[in-house]
Amino acid sequence: MYRYDQYDQAIVDARVAEFKEQVGRRMRNEITEDQFKPLRLMNGLYLQLHAYMLRVAIPYGTLSGTQMRMLAHIARKYDRDYGHFTTRQNIQYNWIKLEQFADLLDDLSKVEMHAFQTSGNCIRNISSDQFAGAAADELADPRPYAELLRQWSTLHPEFSFLPRKFKIAVIASDTDRAAIQLHDIGLQLIKNEAGDLGFRVYVGGGMGRTPVIGSIVREFIPVGQFLSYSEAILRVYNRYGRRDNIYKARIKILVNELGIAEFTRQVEAEWALLEPLGLDAPQAEYARIIAQFPEPAYDLAAPDTLDLSDPDFAVWVKQNVHAHKQPGYAIATISLKPKGGIPGDASSAQMDLIADLAEKYAQDEIRVTHSQNLVLAHVRKADLYALWSALAEADLATPNLDLVSDIIACPGMDYCTLANARSIPIAQKIAAKFEDLETQRDIGELKIKVSGCINGCGHHHAGHIGILGVDKKGEESYQLLLGGSGAEDTSLAKILGPGFDENGIVDAVDKLVAFYRTVRTGPSERFLDTYRRLGAAPFKEAVYA
Amino acid sequence: MLDNQDQQAVGAAVPPPLSDAPAPLRFRTDTPDDGPIAPLADFLANSNFAAVRLDPADDARALVPHLGRLKLIEVAFPKFRDGRGYSAARILREAGFKGEIRAAGDVLVDQIGFMRRVGFDSFAPAKPLDPTVVKLTLERYPYVYMKAADGKQPVWALRHG
Repeated sequence: MYRYDQYDQAIVDARVAEFKEQVGRRMRNEITEDQFKPLRLMNGLYLQLHAYMLRVAIPYGTLSGTQMRMLAHIARKYDRDYGHFTTRQNIQYNWIKLEQFADLLDDLSKVEMHAFQTSGNCIRNISSDQFAGAAADELADPRPYAELLRQWSTLHPEFSFLPRKFKIAVIASDTDRAAIQLHDIGLQLIKNEAGDLGFRVYVGGGMGRTPVIGSIVREFIPVGQFLSYSEAILRVYNRYGRRDNIYKARIKILVNELGIAEFTRQVEAEWALLEPLGLDAPQAEYARIIAQFPEPAYDLAAPDTLDLSDPDFAVWVKQNVHAHKQPGYAIATISLKPKGGIPGDASSAQMDLIADLAEKYAQDEIRVTHSQNLVLAHVRKADLYALWSALAEADLATPNLDLVSDIIACPGMDYCTLANARSIPIAQKIAAKFEDLETQRDIGELKIKVSGCINGCGHHHAGHIGILGVDKKGEESYQLLLGGSGAEDTSLAKILGPGFDENGIVDAVDKLVAFYRTVRTGPSERFLDTYRRLGAAPFKEAVYA
Repeated sequence: MLDNQDQQAVGAAVPPPLSDAPAPLRFRTDTPDDGPIAPLADFLANSNFAAVRLDPADDARALVPHLGRLKLIEVAFPKFRDGRGYSAARILREAGFKGEIRAAGDVLVDQIGFMRRVGFDSFAPAKPLDPTVVKLTLERYPYVYMKAADGKQPVWALRHG
């Protein structure tokens, strides 16, 4: 894991001091709320329905046991004993008091954490693959590059007042676990024909009101120049992105209006001017950062076999454990979607336990996934049973990864000022409908994603089944979308037909699943595959007839 | 950080400020240009101006052929949230402009650290800034992560000599 040096720590400390001073000026009324708003947003502080909401940055979703324990401490001391892991691999707290905020930031900075740029019209927390460093199919660990981006984008003087927020994701495998084609910039580490490392650069993807799949702006940019190339993209966007309409201000609109060819021409022209200025970090800096993501000290004698005689354990292994590149090791996903729970929520006690388990069994490292679960990426197979037993006691071993009850949901109208409808109860009702895990496993991979408004924080456009809450004459109504994917086969879900009320949408999902089970070619054909094979019409018939 | 600020020179070169108009915040030692400031279109149509104003939608690169005869480029910030002027200033510095670049309008104290980094060296805020907070703001960060237009070495240069 990356550890701060004196420079990183000094910058974080200065940032915390700066924001404390800004809060002080706000509390003394020396600046208006309008002037304070962008300052607090750039420090992760939103004003929600009931209180301030704080979003703490977890760069590329990786944190240590010590950091997780601090997140638990913050939940306990400043909030209501829980936190909410988000689709941007961050954590949110919903009940923060402004007057306690300075102390909270001090606590975070003690463990090399902060809340910078988790909100606001700036470059947000960089996201990445939760299996980074452990997946057999990756070219290299993508996180050193995410860290280079984190440093480059932190307090960037030119790009702190962008037309709108800006999200970057980095992966290093053909399997996309970070939805890079749905980001403002998506970077995939690849090798060119000469064997050199570089990035394929996608631009202009996104969800929200106008979902768009990213376009390739460059097939290959050498790793040594990807920061200056990103700078060129950001500059074109900062200069020409629309500022007249907040709903048309994301880079995807600019790319669409210019067309990818013209947009690419402008970026290349800008980069030709920027590249000679020496903006890219030197190789020594790459080497310094890469060295902080070393291969774990693997136990080469670790047995590669697993005793699956406990049937409950076997089910969890089958569903929540992935192959590791190192024999004798495995990747374990901790489901934050227990029966009756709120997707992504974890209590302080659960966070403390996960911190302990990460230290004991998983090289002191935890990952947050964009599906709002947690991952222990380096677990000896010999330790899996003990890990599972401990997780199960804390309701953290639900074997439902990627199944129908592993639902992404935004906070919705229970917390959010933007929402038109509740999301969490819909997710809970659907999960309850398919309570039986045997049935869930039979249904197989099915990604349901629920957003409480058109802004799409619940990623409904990327759901195999997407659900969008809207306000219909003062009543909550839910639209049904099918066929989305945030993986390497990225596609956007399309509306199937008229919306439903709360119970109606749950019944509709039930009907869809029942229909799918009757028409699939076999258990290996996923819901999404069947939908792609048959098209929308028969599914529509099944729901509305 | 305020060592180059030369309020005296400002006072000597321009007429006394009207009533309570704040003295501009200036980080240059040369004598300010007190000639008229032309909008970009007027400047491009008439080569006699030595000062020009860029509005947010104006293309800073249109000035690149004329930088040698410009003393002052004023970049307008009608709304503080509109960040196009940051790119404008940095583009002008990258093109080699050594004259004054002034941020004018809705310029807030919490922005001027960023503005200094992208190349602004004078400020004409619509509402006066508290000099104590200005000083605090500009002295805040001991290090920066990335190059910009102020010549500061990013931390990667410090780390690797």
